[in-house]
Amino acid sequence: MNQRPLSPHLQVWRWGPHMLVSILHRATGDGMALVGLAVLVWWLGALAGGPQAYAAFQAVMGSIPGMVVLVGLSWAFFTHMMSGLRHFVLDIGAGYELDTNRLWSVASPLIAIVLTAAFWALILLG
Amino acid sequence: MGNGTSIGRVRGLGPAHHGAHHWLVQRFTAIGNVVLMSWLLVSLVLLGDFSHASVVKWLAQPVPATAMILLVISLFWHARLGLQVLIEDYIHDAGSKFGLLSALNLATIGGGAFAIFSVAALAFGRTV
Repeated sequence: MNQRPLSPHLQVWRWGPHMLVSILHRATGDGMALVGLAVLVWWLGALAGGPQAYAAFQAVMGSIPGMVVLVGLSWAFFTHMMSGLRHFVLDIGAGYELDTNRLWSVASPLIAIVLTAAFWALILLG
Repeated sequence: MGNGTSIGRVRGLGPAHHGAHHWLVQRFTAIGNVVLMSWLLVSLVLLGDFSHASVVKWLAQPVPATAMILLVISLFWHARLGLQVLIEDYIHDAGSKFGLLSALNLATIGGGAFAIFSVAALAFGRTV
């Protein structure tokens, strides 16, 4: 174990948007895995459980904290989707030029916020 | 881990001691997630009415039920792979790592099975 190479400590690097999009990808992904899947399972289970079980689900998710969770999950989804699509491009070996990499590191989370707003606008206005 | 050829020297390294298969399946399931989550979000927007009767009527149909079951499989598989990496990266004690990975498998399979059963119950008309 001691002979294996170690990454340099985080603080030796100058902070950049590529680091933000990287940690956001992990945080949103693991956040959705822990919270989002629980909400999904509860939603489907409550639907199968009948109107009473579903009313309990709706009461919690329709409350202010519930709505914060749902909006947060939708933001996490779009953020994770955008940085995931960015990963697909990087996986084929493209997008590593400094300017391009910086552009999409900044654009991905911003597009995600626009998509989140657009989704809720459609849900609430539709 | 071998010490002869260059591939032999790197094989088995990394916190998981294997890699390419996990990496590929993470991406295959990611594609499934993009396709099926797009379906779900568009469906929710089109549905508009989220009352029990309305959602059940929609989800109990063959195509939405199938898509939802596939979404559950793709999401839970992808999430299991992602949380596995989280555990491997941050938990360095072998016993804790084994325990957490075991719990992760139980939670993933248990949660996924319950979600799939719920959709199937609606599709086969248990409550409607």
